[in-house]
Amino acid sequence: MNTEGFLDRVSSGQVLVADGATGTNLQQRGLAAGKPGEVWVFEHPEEVKRLHSDFIAAGADIILTCTFGGTSIRLAQEGLGERTVELNRRAVELAHEAVQGTHVLVAGSLGPVGQMLKPLGTLEEKDCYQAYAEQVVALDAGGVDFLLIETQFDLVEASLAVEAARDLSTLPLVCSFSYDRGTRTMMGVRPSKMAQSISDLGVDMLGINCGRSLQDNLEALKELKEGTDLPIWFKPNAGLPTVDEKGQAVYDVTPDDMGALVVDWIAAGASVVGGCCGSTPEHIRQIAQAVKR
Amino acid sequence: MEPILKEIYQGIIDAEQDIVREKVQQALNMEMEAGKILNEAMVPAMTEVGRLFEEGEYFVPEMLVCARAMQAGMSVLKPVMVEQNLQSVGRVVAGTVKGDLHDIGKNLVCMMLEGAAFEIYDLGSDVSPDAFVDKVKNSDANVVVMSALLTTTMPNMKNTIEALKAAGLRDKVKVMVGGAPLTQKYADDIGADGYAPDASRAVALAKRLVGA
Repeated sequence: MNTEGFLDRVSSGQVLVADGATGTNLQQRGLAAGKPGEVWVFEHPEEVKRLHSDFIAAGADIILTCTFGGTSIRLAQEGLGERTVELNRRAVELAHEAVQGTHVLVAGSLGPVGQMLKPLGTLEEKDCYQAYAEQVVALDAGGVDFLLIETQFDLVEASLAVEAARDLSTLPLVCSFSYDRGTRTMMGVRPSKMAQSISDLGVDMLGINCGRSLQDNLEALKELKEGTDLPIWFKPNAGLPTVDEKGQAVYDVTPDDMGALVVDWIAAGASVVGGCCGSTPEHIRQIAQAVKR
Repeated sequence: MEPILKEIYQGIIDAEQDIVREKVQQALNMEMEAGKILNEAMVPAMTEVGRLFEEGEYFVPEMLVCARAMQAGMSVLKPVMVEQNLQSVGRVVAGTVKGDLHDIGKNLVCMMLEGAAFEIYDLGSDVSPDAFVDKVKNSDANVVVMSALLTTTMPNMKNTIEALKAAGLRDKVKVMVGGAPLTQKYADDIGADGYAPDASRAVALAKRLVGA
């Protein structure tokens, strides 16, 4: 474990490089469309590990476990609900194998449960909390260096996730939202509102990941920076995809495009930079080179 | 707009389910035509909701509660429309593609289309290409509506279109696609007949595609 390292390195002013996308990269490597990456933790662990290794070779200081859809609620849709703990533990092992002999940190990724809470949806708050709690415990026991609650859009769901993490783990905690309506989430949450609400729950870092365009992501980052003194995690997506002749999603934002923007991201207050959907190891290489410049 | 229609219209925009239900009933009691209530109050209201969403005034929660108010009105109106046997302008097979469980957008589109007098076969979410093909084969559908929220499930739109082609059914239906990560270009690339960025524009597109 490099637990001490994470917050210390950030507070010392070092800009850390996080990895790129998991889902879109595994898809390029053969994951069937519509299958979550988590199923490959059991079916193709070597590929999950290879992607981790590719990000590390590209210069990532942080890799994320392949557990974005790792709550029992989501895994149940793949018939893996009963194996939630096992899957999360195995995913952490794969990350640990990949970072062995390096100083690369392992973030335990927790994504949305994929259902709407009452009254808009049918999910009970206690069931949502419980799902996050189970995953928090599994990731913590597996030995991740910190927890990352990401791609959130609803303040209530994110709060339940943060509470579960705070109740059941002492690991450093990052909470990151996805502003896919520009500088608002699909539920209408602004970065300033998110900063206020989530900071009060006691997180160590706030973040932005995925969203619409790189420009929108940067605007959201600026607004978040104005609303918080906490360090900021920033992992924008490589724009929105088009499709190639094989029906695969392709992203127009090149590694060079992303690398060229890193200086703006850091100037706007990002302490950790990486990429989300569409970001390949090559994108991360360009980002890492820009950070080290 | 007549006062009662204005109240229904405003009731939907303000997401007042009870008011909408009550006012629709009241309008029917006044012997107003169901089609008029629908087309002059309810559909324009949801179009306005769609516009407010597009402009960043409304977000998903507002869309959902407004849609529920629309549904409340439809629950009163529908039996009357069925009784009057209002001709459907088209028959739509709708679903969120395989691997994708996000059905908010798809449900809104279905409701708006239903409001615009389309007949809907809603296959739900996580719908396989085969399930789309089966329904098209075994119904008189002339439109297929596919939704995807995830970049990782979008390719199943193309897979579904290919499956329709393989089954010899592609010419029987117009295919429309939508969802947050979608673009017109993507729709063109996969060979869809149309793309709409939101539910109200989906209705306009569907009407255009079936020549209604």
